[in-house]
Amino acid sequence: MLKAVGRNVPRKEGRDKVSGTSRYIDDLSFPGLLHARTIRSTIPAGAIADISFPFDTSGFTIVGFNDIPGRNIIALIDDDQPCLAERAIRHVAEPILILAHEDRDRLRTADVRIAYRGGTPNYDPSASPLCFKSIAIDKGDLDAGMAAADEIIEGEYRVGAQEQLYIEPNGVIAVPADDGQGVTVYGSMQCPYYVHRALTVLLGFPGDRVRVVQTETGGGFGGKEEYPSMIAGHAALAALKARRPVKLVYDRGEDMLATTKRHPGVIRHRTGVTRDGRLTAMDIDVLLDGGAYATLSAVVLSRGVLHASGPYRCDHVRIRGRVMMTNTPPNGAFRGFGAPQTQFAVEVHMERMAEQLGLDPVKLRDRNALRPGDTTATGQTLGADCSAREVLREAVKRTDFARRRKALAGTNRGIGLSLFFHGSGFTGSGEVKLASKASLALTDAGVRVLVGSTEIGQGTRTMLAQIVADTLGVPYDTVEVNAADTSEVPDSGPTVASRTCMVVGRILQRCAEDMRARLGRLSPRDYVKRHGPLVITKQYEKPPEIVWDEVLYQGDAYGSYGWACDVVEVEVDPATWQVNPVKLTSVHEIGKAIHPRLAVGQIQGGTAQGLGWALLEEVVMRDGRMANNSFTNYIVPTTLDTPDMEIVLLERPYRHGPFGAKGVGEMPIDGPAPAVINALRHAGYDLREIPATPERVMACGSR
Amino acid sequence: MPGSVADRRLLTPRSLRDALRMLDAEGPLTPMAGCTDLYVALNAGELKGTGFLNLWPLEPLRHMAVRDGVLSIGALCTYTDLMRSRLVQKRVPMLVAAAREVGGPQIQNRGTIGGNIANASPAGDTLPVLAAAGATIVLESIRGPRRVLFTDFYTAYRRTVVGPDELITAVEIPAIKGRQWFRKVGTRAAQAISKVVMAAVDAGPGEAPRIAIGSVAPTVVRLPRTEAALASGAAIVDVQRVLSDEIVPIDDVRSTAEYRRRVAANLLASFWSEGSR
Amino acid sequence: MRFTLNGRTVRIDAHPMMRLLDALREQCGLTGTKEGCGEGECGACTVLVDRRPVNSCLVPLAHVSGARVTTIEGLRGRHPLQQAFVDFGGAQCGICTPGMILAAIALGPKPSREAVRTGLAGNICRCTGYHAIYESVERAGKNARVRR
Repeated sequence: MLKAVGRNVPRKEGRDKVSGTSRYIDDLSFPGLLHARTIRSTIPAGAIADISFPFDTSGFTIVGFNDIPGRNIIALIDDDQPCLAERAIRHVAEPILILAHEDRDRLRTADVRIAYRGGTPNYDPSASPLCFKSIAIDKGDLDAGMAAADEIIEGEYRVGAQEQLYIEPNGVIAVPADDGQGVTVYGSMQCPYYVHRALTVLLGFPGDRVRVVQTETGGGFGGKEEYPSMIAGHAALAALKARRPVKLVYDRGEDMLATTKRHPGVIRHRTGVTRDGRLTAMDIDVLLDGGAYATLSAVVLSRGVLHASGPYRCDHVRIRGRVMMTNTPPNGAFRGFGAPQTQFAVEVHMERMAEQLGLDPVKLRDRNALRPGDTTATGQTLGADCSAREVLREAVKRTDFARRRKALAGTNRGIGLSLFFHGSGFTGSGEVKLASKASLALTDAGVRVLVGSTEIGQGTRTMLAQIVADTLGVPYDTVEVNAADTSEVPDSGPTVASRTCMVVGRILQRCAEDMRARLGRLSPRDYVKRHGPLVITKQYEKPPEIVWDEVLYQGDAYGSYGWACDVVEVEVDPATWQVNPVKLTSVHEIGKAIHPRLAVGQIQGGTAQGLGWALLEEVVMRDGRMANNSFTNYIVPTTLDTPDMEIVLLERPYRHGPFGAKGVGEMPIDGPAPAVINALRHAGYDLREIPATPERVMACGSR
Repeated sequence: MPGSVADRRLLTPRSLRDALRMLDAEGPLTPMAGCTDLYVALNAGELKGTGFLNLWPLEPLRHMAVRDGVLSIGALCTYTDLMRSRLVQKRVPMLVAAAREVGGPQIQNRGTIGGNIANASPAGDTLPVLAAAGATIVLESIRGPRRVLFTDFYTAYRRTVVGPDELITAVEIPAIKGRQWFRKVGTRAAQAISKVVMAAVDAGPGEAPRIAIGSVAPTVVRLPRTEAALASGAAIVDVQRVLSDEIVPIDDVRSTAEYRRRVAANLLASFWSEGSR
Repeated sequence: MRFTLNGRTVRIDAHPMMRLLDALREQCGLTGTKEGCGEGECGACTVLVDRRPVNSCLVPLAHVSGARVTTIEGLRGRHPLQQAFVDFGGAQCGICTPGMILAAIALGPKPSREAVRTGLAGNICRCTGYHAIYESVERAGKNARVRR
């Protein structure tokens, strides 16, 4: 029997998607369905003074904060965000009311009048009165490190917000229980158990009266990590009040206006370095804009600061991070989750340092790249699977980097690289707190995987089935993966943080190991015949050697890291300053590629999004409102904007990952932006901000 | 959610004559061709008007023919039709270049040249071509046809000379002598609205070039002073200064006035330097 | 409104200005065609009308009167492109896939890489970075011409 792991087995989720038979939430309907619409604030800060309904309200269900039976919050971390505004308004598009009606035309034309008392909005995170979270990381003695430096080099780097732009907008359908004391919510989402928890708090229902079912999801990228709790809450409230199913699907303009974005920020570096390029001290300041409510800002900041010093060794490090409140729609999860922002800064800074010191940028990185046995900024000792130098060397070799750099000098082309890494799984004690569970069931129908992890395009079902099949010793085709329905699967934690394979996959693998032991010599079918069905459930177990201090922010931040290097060649049009990424090579060390094609797919997709963030995607904010909230004006790459990519996979197994696998979903988006900016530097443009739109390239002038 | 269609009425004429009669007697009616602009407004809930005239079945508006050296293109010709037409390829290659830059294949299969003209966006991709080509627009009503020079067609931002009972039926392009040039600078390589879009004709020594440019003024514009400066043999740097005074670009959600100004100057230089002199 | 839909003559009683997208999804119950943007930018709503790819969110029902319309369902899961998209990773989340496949059909047999990129420039994918889509199209073999 052929092993499944390491092979491009047929995807479990493939056929329906290409046939048009996959049912996304907008494809579904229920008898007696009402449509819903969210009435949102049009001011960025202030208070609601009055609400009136100067239209025929017959047939309408109108939901306000007074209709909330439980607590008026979207339960997540800080519990500061209301489901529906009561009086205070903190951002444009803040939800105030939900309307529901059978007739979509009447719904759309319903003219709700809201009078406001305007307040004074603040859009500057550095001037904000409210800090959602601050984190300090200290290693060694910064002053001593600076004193040992031959040169101290400073820099300030800016990263813009980014819209996830999943092609399927947010949407849910809520179906009330007959007795009005329960609800089922179907929808596009990454984390059914996040939604489940949020609904129990909002509605005051016990957990077994709330059921959440993920429908086929047309892209997430983090944009459907926490936001679905909000839209699910809105639909559920309307459904319970109307006692009818309610469908709430956003159109594109509303989705872009109102839902979360990547945190924009400013990162400052002050670095001590010897003349021959050894880092002696790193002083880093990270300032992120969280928007109006905390949502996941604390965790974004956490990952951001933990990656802020890059894949480099340095004995003396000080990192200070803050994420601040502003009167804009709350920012949230987007692939990379803080790491793209801070690694943009450190990689552009490294390039500038190389230039200033007259050193080769590859040698500077190689000199300082983390090696097995080195410690990170939090004092984590890296194991044998630390591959920073390997990916760097591979990328440099494949692209003939040194020769290309010489050849392109003085032309309108440039070549640049970035070296980056990405911790897999939740930070430090995060996985322990999540206490994820996974189950494996054996019935007369076969082997069934039961997890709360979701398929959102990355191939979750395929990959988990491969791991189970090989561990159990059964054919891949005989392993099925259950739908992510909270009434049927355990809470495996959210489908985020590049953890689904490494963490959840490992729990499942342990289930399969246990099951295999119990099967003994029996085939699954014979076992069931003799002993009846079997369900094995296991919970996350922290590897004993992982030690993390949440207060001091010291120790083993992540179980394992992936390592990667991007090289990109760009061409700048001298007449228009348009930047064309001509060629890209990306080397990723990911422990083990469970399904090589799916892994490469993650790298290609994440890289394309990183290129978009670097060159095209700008969230234009005017008076706290996204002014370019349309596909026409928010620019993501088309086929003609995306270069050919050479993707190289390396494997250095991680002991506690299934078959050695680490995470791969997010790391690819960390690399392209700094590689592009570094290539532009080579072409003569000193940029320190993204997106590097033609307008910005023009403004910075060629040297 | 898309705007309602419940209150809209759609009239479908059986002939061009029927269409003109409807415009006169049953208006106001918004003519509907490929709908690639109209239905964006419908989807956004911003479509104005309740009466619509369905032009799509009117085959005569899809003609493409040369008469007395003048190429007549029916208003319903799509961008795909333009790109595939041997006549257009041979006689107005800059129009093929423009059509190629509109949206993507789906838009090209439906969007029409008449619609691009009628939509009256300052960023319309074919408009600088028609201006530089010295095109004439044919308008028809029950009172008969009239012809308007394309350069007289727009009166203000999104305003045309088309009367409420008139229909754009064709655009006429005379034979063009000399080198044709077109460049669109968009927000990305496809599916893009232009930041600057320029078309030009270099008719050769002794004749003034014709240069038209979009997205730098409330309408597409010809650049008579720039053309004269080039014809007079002024240094390109000086001509660029004349150009800069002739356009009034703005900052908007897509780009900046400064960027448009400098790119327009660069495009001018590119156009001029590609000619042999 | 009478037209040929996936090879069969259908008659739809709906407002002539209804979007073809809505007519397909709601009147005909064919939900394979998706709405991603409502502006004709993303291409997820692409269908073939008389063999040409168009954005059905921008087509009035009246404009397909007498025409031949093909949606993803019309391929009956048997088009070589469909299997190719499964085999070569052309579909990740799948929401752009129906539109992408129909736009690819219009490229004809054995399109060059350049023709594929240009021909699919009106279809946005956020998941794949496009490369696996090119591979799927190129390796699908001779694209069957749409007969309906």
